[in-house]
Amino acid sequence: MHSSETLKVQGEARVPGTKRNPGARAFALRFFSGDEIARALVTISAALILLVTVLLVYELWINSHLAREKFGWHFLTTQVWDPNAGQFGALAFVFGTVVTSFVALLIAVPLGVGAAIFLSELAPPKLSNALTFCIELLAAVPSVIYGLLGVFVLMPLIKQYLHPVLKGTLGWTPLFSGPFYGPSMLVAGIVLAVMILPFIVSVSRQVLLAVPNDQREGALALGATKWESTWKVVVPFAQRGIYGSVFLALARSLGETMAVTMVIGNTPQIKASLFAPGYSIAAVIANEFTEATYDLYVHSLIELGLVLFALTIIINGLARLLVSSTAKFSVSST
Amino acid sequence: MTEATRLRSRHMVNNVMLGLTGLFTIIIAGALLFILGYLFINGARNLDFAFFTQLPKPTGETGGGMANAIVGSAKILGMATAIGVPIGFLGGVYLAEYGNKSFAFAVRYLTDLLNGVPSIVIGIFAFTLVVLKAKHFSAFAGGMALGLMMIPISVRSTEEFLRAVPNGLREGALALGTPKWRALATVVIPAAKDGIITGIMLNLARVAGETAPLLFTSLNNRFWSPGINQPTSTLPVMIYTYALSPYDDWHRQAWAAGFVLLMLILTINVSARMILSRSRYSGGR
Repeated sequence: MHSSETLKVQGEARVPGTKRNPGARAFALRFFSGDEIARALVTISAALILLVTVLLVYELWINSHLAREKFGWHFLTTQVWDPNAGQFGALAFVFGTVVTSFVALLIAVPLGVGAAIFLSELAPPKLSNALTFCIELLAAVPSVIYGLLGVFVLMPLIKQYLHPVLKGTLGWTPLFSGPFYGPSMLVAGIVLAVMILPFIVSVSRQVLLAVPNDQREGALALGATKWESTWKVVVPFAQRGIYGSVFLALARSLGETMAVTMVIGNTPQIKASLFAPGYSIAAVIANEFTEATYDLYVHSLIELGLVLFALTIIINGLARLLVSSTAKFSVSST
Repeated sequence: MTEATRLRSRHMVNNVMLGLTGLFTIIIAGALLFILGYLFINGARNLDFAFFTQLPKPTGETGGGMANAIVGSAKILGMATAIGVPIGFLGGVYLAEYGNKSFAFAVRYLTDLLNGVPSIVIGIFAFTLVVLKAKHFSAFAGGMALGLMMIPISVRSTEEFLRAVPNGLREGALALGTPKWRALATVVIPAAKDGIITGIMLNLARVAGETAPLLFTSLNNRFWSPGINQPTSTLPVMIYTYALSPYDDWHRQAWAAGFVLLMLILTINVSARMILSRSRYSGGR
């Protein structure tokens, strides 16, 4: 292993800009020094990751073929979901998923971006780091626990305090009409908002912190107030990254299963009122998968999975594109 | 508008908006405190010794515990780590140390894609891969689902921390005539050890609370499930089942289980971050 030949081959293989010796003798030497084995091992692992991802798409595609062939694109545009009659349409689930995610964004984006501005521009670094650490811990709380809190804490609170207020002030709009029993799209939206806040705060703060200080100083030197420099200079500078964090959060909330399943009411219907129960794509998969008794039923549920997969992939792709173009850091590990 | 009033209104806007950002931060921090506080108080209150030592009692009876779910969770997490971490780690080594342009790009891209896949879809994947073929639910299927979820983060954290190791260390080792694999195994990877271990811990903490992928892979079980080929109970699935049940005593146990699960996850999470903060090559974090 430490013979002079090995040394020579190693040296050749490492010098940048030189071609590797293609001779069989050199290969044998590299092989017995262990390098080719190591290279093969890690390359196979990397290839395995590729394979797994491709296999994931393949399995979803193959195992939904009955539903895809029977319903075609109508799957996405019809509302009837009747396992007894063998009729499956995803519209009500897509509606519930989109509405709850939208409500979540409506609440979480202003709060999250506002807090990110405070943490990056105003708070002293120590306080900012400590608060960010805590907020990121929120992201570690499992979704089933958010569901638990949603069912036993948030639902009664909303029923007692928020619902009368909304009913009194905005009750004339279709959005806040009708009775409120507890499980509803509103509660699901609020739970989702809490769940995605950490992502928005943490990513937005990082992009804001990456804005060069000259930008702030320039604006302040021209006589801008702190807010003007932040809102008109710093935030636009970090705009793409902030949008990225929002898309990231959106992808999270679209795919979120447990918390939503526990509070949305699991009723496949399309109602304008946020007080009404609804159903989401992920929730129906979670609830009915083990109950699906025949192939078309299972295939319809897997096609729902395929729809969800496609949605989140597109939105995640956009998010990564936006975030990586402003700041260099790993989003994958947050 | 005179210059003075304009200035005054600008300052007012300044104060109001900056105040609002502070208020938002307080709201979020308040929500955080409320959530953690509520879980701690309510969870600790409902926790008893039987929770750790007894099996669930038959439906409707009070008492009993979740000993089988605790063991089941440990078993499935162990399998997930055994599946996800080695593949992810070696893949990460490939990306950081060997990767050529186009293949590495594809691997990186698909790793990110896999990371973004909703956990319920991973559950479907594990279902088609294991349950459909074996024709029964099993702990192995659950371990597979969580293992698949662990791969992407394992890859990216390994890659990130290996890249943070200065090139001088690699070159030094190679200059001494060490084969590349030995330089990696004895110099580069040990230098990134703290970061890589942190990555594994954070990864584990993330999947420990996953429920959706387990619903139709490991299912649930009210009894002990020996081996890895039977439906197996896990803490997250038990929380879900118990929370939606009509029994007060089950709600009590759901809170207790939530508390135990959260404590476990937060402990892993916080200790991982502490290891990271004192490590040398922490990737600038």
